[in-house]
Amino acid sequence: MSTIEQQATGTFVSDPVHSRVGFEVPYAVATFSGEVTDFAASLAGGRLEGSAKIESIQLKDENLQAHVLSPEFFDAERHPVLTFSGDLERDGDKATIDGEITIKGITQPATLAGTIVGPTVDHFGATRIGLQLETVVDRTAFDIKWNMPLPNGEPALGNEVTLKADLTLVAQEA
Amino acid sequence: MRVLAISGSLRRDSNSTALLRALRAEAPAGVEIEVWDGLKEIPPYDGDDDLVPGPPKVEAFRTLVREADAIFFATPEYNSSIPGALKNALDWASRPLATNAFRNKPVAVIGSSAGAFGGVWAAAELRKVLAAMGARVTEVELAVGHAHDKLDEVGRLADDDVRDGLREALDTLLAETEPAFAAA
Repeated sequence: MSTIEQQATGTFVSDPVHSRVGFEVPYAVATFSGEVTDFAASLAGGRLEGSAKIESIQLKDENLQAHVLSPEFFDAERHPVLTFSGDLERDGDKATIDGEITIKGITQPATLAGTIVGPTVDHFGATRIGLQLETVVDRTAFDIKWNMPLPNGEPALGNEVTLKADLTLVAQEA
Repeated sequence: MRVLAISGSLRRDSNSTALLRALRAEAPAGVEIEVWDGLKEIPPYDGDDDLVPGPPKVEAFRTLVREADAIFFATPEYNSSIPGALKNALDWASRPLATNAFRNKPVAVIGSSAGAFGGVWAAAELRKVLAAMGARVTEVELAVGHAHDKLDEVGRLADDDVRDGLREALDTLLAETEPAFAAA
């Protein structure tokens, strides 16, 4: 086990075009997914910091989008930003980040796990690190409790939400 | 600070409306409570009439809601649910859904009934509807049972527990309008 400092020094910042932050949640008979397009992440000294603007959540229906931003979901008016911070541990191509995630103004511990690639110099000469991470959170722990019963009595929306970040981080010039 | 008070009853001697009139007396300095009397003038919701602009009485209602800092509902219970006229007005107000006048608006709901349960089912359904519309539904759960016994012969509030409950409900609602909660 080694820390990222042994692999890369300096500050790496997310390349938004080649990064994606999204979620998946069981809904009725399938999985509902979406992504947040306005986000930023940085890795420095082995610490990953990330934030995402809830208002940039991309859903395929404007009424659904408005519902998800409303007080009974994210309450984007009063809690516009989701944040995560934690310390990266690397073991070969495996990455684990123990940290804290804040959603709707409520902070809970969270462990992101996945893979890490790089640092690698790209075809334009920039040094990049790739991080594919995910974690599962109980949305009710963040006061997101909406549900509706299906005709069979089961709730329509699952509580366990998978958060996914597929990040390309680019070294910043000193 | 302006609070729009909406009664779910059209009846002249409505207990719900009487409770809202009593609420006015509990308003702290700087808070104006307007009891809305336009419910009966809202036409039945018809998608064919749901144009831009909507019917004049509907547009006037939407403007009142938009300009209010918070909304306080008092509703009776008809057949275990929300009175049709009130639901109809909310259906109009909810259009267009994504940008409707109630979105993020702090709201409080109380219930009243002639029976013992104080309209708890109607109030619960009203909270559900308002949350679905995107309102900021506060943790107010005042249920005034045997409401006619809590009012005197001319409809004035004559019960200190209910008066305390109204004041507490209003405080909870007003706390949700504090600028400290404003978006960063």
